[in-house]
Amino acid sequence: MATQQQRPLSPHLMIYRPQMTSVLSITHRFTGVALSFGALVLTYWLTSAAYGPEAFTRAQAVLGSWFGRLVLFALTFSLFFHFCNGIRHLAWDAGWGFEMNRLRATGWLVVAASVLLTLASWLAAYAVAAGA
Amino acid sequence: MDMRSPMGRVRGHGSAGEATAHFWAQRMTSLALIPLSLWFVFAAVSLVGADHATFKAFLGHHGNVLLTVLFVLVLFRHAQLGLQVVIEDYVHADGSKLASLIAVKFLAALGAASCALAAIKLAYGS
Ligand code: HEM
Repeated sequence: MATQQQRPLSPHLMIYRPQMTSVLSITHRFTGVALSFGALVLTYWLTSAAYGPEAFTRAQAVLGSWFGRLVLFALTFSLFFHFCNGIRHLAWDAGWGFEMNRLRATGWLVVAASVLLTLASWLAAYAVAAGA
Repeated sequence: MDMRSPMGRVRGHGSAGEATAHFWAQRMTSLALIPLSLWFVFAAVSLVGADHATFKAFLGHHGNVLLTVLFVLVLFRHAQLGLQVVIEDYVHADGSKLASLIAVKFLAALGAASCALAAIKLAYGS
């Protein structure tokens, strides 16, 4: 069946060279799933507060521990990446930004902006902690 | 003979027959989350190390509890819609697909209600 061999193959992920655009795409999905887990962390925080002062103090200690901070830092970056790239998605939906050069430019902009926003918010958080 | 236009036939299709509504809800929640999640980061940073009384006072402001409730409702809706697509992409067996779709829907409703009730209790409860 010669015709069958003419069919185009979709890129096979294991042998296809990763490109910035494809890495950002899967990162959007990964951060979306991570943030869904983050929504459960938020639920823990809010319900602890509703439960009472002792529960809230414990939750603040858990989230403020080195492990809690590590998780929150990862969630902060996930949120800012997903946020910036989400705006990029919405621009695509509006029909803007599909040209190859714009895809690359906005992709790097998303990476730079999400790193900067993450660092800025953690600097602010440590400033608040020092002031409190 | 099919009296429907080609557009009418494909409109709203998808693996659950509701792709257009799903797409639209995903975009609307994304749009709403732009200001809401930015506000949330500001709020969370300002509450670093806060004690219970400070947190309660924060939610005692009407604007803060309103934005918190809006944020959690939209957040869990957006997460549910997003996770649904991820499940539809990776889980192929009918049984486990349906089970995980239902689990995500129930969990999202539970999370949204828990967060909203907690915020309201802190804002207006004793
Ligand atoms: C704040 C917590 C958030 C959570 C938990 C969350 C979760 C998710 C999840 C699980 C997905 C599915 C990923 C996929 O299909 O690959 C998704 C997709 C998406 N999110 Fe979010 N998201 C959040 C915030 C945002 C924000 C702030 C925006 C702002 C623009 C946004 C825009 C989008 C868009 C446009 C998609 C669809 C991407 C596509 O079509 O593949 N999200 N989100």
